[in-house]
Amino acid sequence: MMSGGAGHGAAGPTGDDVRSDLHVEIELAEKGGLQIELDSRVAALYGDSIRETAERVLGALSVKHGRVAIDDKGGLPFTIAARVEAAARRAGAKGKGDPRPERIVTREGPAERDRLRRSRLYLPGNQPKLMINAGLHHPDGIILDLEDSVHPDEKDAARLIVRNALRSVDFAGAERMVRINQLPLGLEDLKAVVPEGPDLILVPKVEEAAQVEEVAEQIHDVRTKDGDNHPVWLMPILESALGIENAFAIARAADTIVALTIGLEDYTADLGVVKTTQGDESLYARTRLVNAAHAAGIQAIDSVYGDVGDTEGLVRWSQRSRALGFEGMGCIHPRQIQPIHDAFAPSTEEIEKALRIVSAFEEAQAEGLGVVRLGTKMIDPPVVLRAQRLVHNARRMGLIPEDES
Amino acid sequence: MSRRAVGTDFVVNAVGRRVPTVVNEKEQAAFAGVGAHEPQGRKQAPSIRSCRDYPADGDKRVSDLKTALKKCGLRDGMTISTHHHLRNGDAVALMALNAAADLGTRDLMWFPSASFPCHAPVIDLMDRGVVHHIEGSMNGPLGEYCSHGKMRGMGVLRSHGGRWQAIQDGEVPIDIAVIAAPTADAFGDADGSHGPSACGSLGFALADSIYADHVIVVTDNLVPFPCIPWQIQGNNVDYVVEVDSIGDPAKIVSGTTQITKSPDRLMIAEYVALFLRDTGIMRDGFSFQAGAGGIALAFVGSLKGLMKQAGVKARFVRGGSTQYLVDLMREGLADFILDGQTFDLAAVESIASDPRHIATSPFTSYNYHGKGNFASMVDAVVLGATEVDVNFNANVNTHSDGVLLHGIGGWQNCLFSRCTILALPSFRDRIPVLVEEVTTVTGPGELIDVVVTERGIAINPRRTDLLDSLKGSDLPIRPIEELKEEVERIMGGPPAEAQITDRPVAVIKWVDGTVLDTVWQVETGSP
Repeated sequence: MMSGGAGHGAAGPTGDDVRSDLHVEIELAEKGGLQIELDSRVAALYGDSIRETAERVLGALSVKHGRVAIDDKGGLPFTIAARVEAAARRAGAKGKGDPRPERIVTREGPAERDRLRRSRLYLPGNQPKLMINAGLHHPDGIILDLEDSVHPDEKDAARLIVRNALRSVDFAGAERMVRINQLPLGLEDLKAVVPEGPDLILVPKVEEAAQVEEVAEQIHDVRTKDGDNHPVWLMPILESALGIENAFAIARAADTIVALTIGLEDYTADLGVVKTTQGDESLYARTRLVNAAHAAGIQAIDSVYGDVGDTEGLVRWSQRSRALGFEGMGCIHPRQIQPIHDAFAPSTEEIEKALRIVSAFEEAQAEGLGVVRLGTKMIDPPVVLRAQRLVHNARRMGLIPEDES
Repeated sequence: MSRRAVGTDFVVNAVGRRVPTVVNEKEQAAFAGVGAHEPQGRKQAPSIRSCRDYPADGDKRVSDLKTALKKCGLRDGMTISTHHHLRNGDAVALMALNAAADLGTRDLMWFPSASFPCHAPVIDLMDRGVVHHIEGSMNGPLGEYCSHGKMRGMGVLRSHGGRWQAIQDGEVPIDIAVIAAPTADAFGDADGSHGPSACGSLGFALADSIYADHVIVVTDNLVPFPCIPWQIQGNNVDYVVEVDSIGDPAKIVSGTTQITKSPDRLMIAEYVALFLRDTGIMRDGFSFQAGAGGIALAFVGSLKGLMKQAGVKARFVRGGSTQYLVDLMREGLADFILDGQTFDLAAVESIASDPRHIATSPFTSYNYHGKGNFASMVDAVVLGATEVDVNFNANVNTHSDGVLLHGIGGWQNCLFSRCTILALPSFRDRIPVLVEEVTTVTGPGELIDVVVTERGIAINPRRTDLLDSLKGSDLPIRPIEELKEEVERIMGGPPAEAQITDRPVAVIKWVDGTVLDTVWQVETGSP
């Protein structure tokens, strides 16, 4: 829980089951220098490093005197820096230096607007332990979540963990997404995370285009101040009946919007219906969202499947989801990633057929023919377009060997 | 032998480690390289006995352990051995040592096949002078005690096979073996697969029963002669003691063995299974060994799926047996289980009832001073470790801060498999597992072929055959140095060196009885 005020601040979890994290308590003083008391299971290996990190962060925040108690359970440097900073800020530290950890990961080139977004793995923003190896499971995207998975009293601490993770954790090429809080709190989140170059911001509980416009403006302002004009894509989450009704307007609210998605927990609550594993109750909302997204030329992304243990149900849901026109969905556990990738992959038959159509089209082009034929059938332009898109996606998914066209 | 101060002289052995030339007043040979040491002489043997001195009706029962120990001629300075098949539920080791304490005995050497946290009260017996020192695995509180230099003698850690070798070769003469038996008859025939405290195989007690000067069987399930089947032969047994309980059944075997839920560890297990498939090691009639750790169990699950897909079955599998190996055999994917120790209820039930599930001993499986053993005939073995270094040397004994943490178990012996695979996370929280140089060498790198982590698979450059067999595989094969550097980047730099002193507190024996490495006293009051 957040505790702070009157020169005292604490941050980070306590308890015997804490791992890869730490608890920090700070008692500011007027004089006497800094006393850092360290209790760490890795004291023999990284005791000096932990102290150095703490001293650097406290120095940046102009904390010169006080008692600092660190109870460390193997936190990595980015976590140690975030917890010390959170405790110091809660104690009232106001220094203007830069307490951020060294940047050890950088964005890998420009992010594609319509990249594969089959899976996006939710990572609770205040649990650094789950972030460290998330990229190894190869989701298309990871979401550092500042919203529903973070307790209201921990928003400040989670923001520092997420900010530092963007600088320090290698997500192995996954698209780095952050789900901010609802506005106005979300605007504070943006100030903290946008300078760290996330690829995409998920905007929760959007009901009106104006909400997204405000987010886009804030990002623009932070970017301009930052001097970096790399695009930060937006994915609004529609989670209410009103949001669904405004889907098309929302999809067109900013030119950085690349996808629309839906939050079914809140949507079904709004309707007052039970969320089922078949999803009949949300069929209208989901198909409406798909239509709006396609009308606006962006991707439609489905919600999550909540039962981690039910792989069969997940596969059924995601196959249906693809059939409806979605291009991906959320994951709440790494084990959901592969089944989702499999479900959103076109079948071998689909790929073969599309390849035949594309090659027939290319032959017709080469011969200067306006009409594309495959055997005895004439192929209409939209069929060609769909085949080209399918081949493009299949290639990105690694389903077509390099030498085949 | 002249009495010399412990560890006055050191030599540097073939893995570059400084090892003492004398341990517990006995001259030692330093590790000279794998297969380099040539044993001399004849095996140890107890003195000749005569039926004349044992009851003709076969009833060797005495009223209690104290009586049995007295009849065995217990005196100060003797070596008492016990086995660890009852694991953390064992009551017999403490029963025996406490009985010796009650008889006023001092300076005993306790020689368990392994110790568990339930044996922590031995610390008190060491403080009181009853036990002089331990030769056997030390973990938890016993490991701390030894690591902080509080034990009077030096700890000697041996593998399961190395313990057989040391007993057989006469390096450790056992005065009195106390064997906990889940079932026994009055003649001393004993078995582990039946009874309220059933534990499966009793193989770790076999050498003790053959080579000890005196043997006491302690049981809580006495059956009329004959005890069928028997793994311990009554013909080697001096006395039988009946007690109410030899241990806590709930801690002897686990109800069910849990597979790991960690996505990272599941991924490691999957990589290992795919590695066996892609190298072609997984083929009809192959064999493998996997223990009961979380990754090893998940590996069995993954491999099973691949075996079904490929339509192959194993000739034999070796355990640490669990439900997972039993299922594999019952589903027709393995002909036999050759069982070293039996971990869960399903496995105990299987070994008691299925003739294809066979109890083995360290003699058949692991003893290096024999005419071969099973370990080198296994196609692939999947093991863990606490550290592996860039030369593929591995440590299972000490924590990175130098404190004794685990015994060797069968780990060293298993390294002789045709393909030795260490399956482990590349770091745990902020403890690097892949390091520049291991704290303690438990296994020389030349025997470790593959290191599988969540960040990639490193293959020992000596195994060009494995590298060749993986051409065209999608598996993430990476140099071990590169993996280590990645781990150091994540950790925020290499770890500081362990704060240890120059005083040896234990040695790690190699499978041939030579000294592989030294465990040093850790600095007390380290930060």
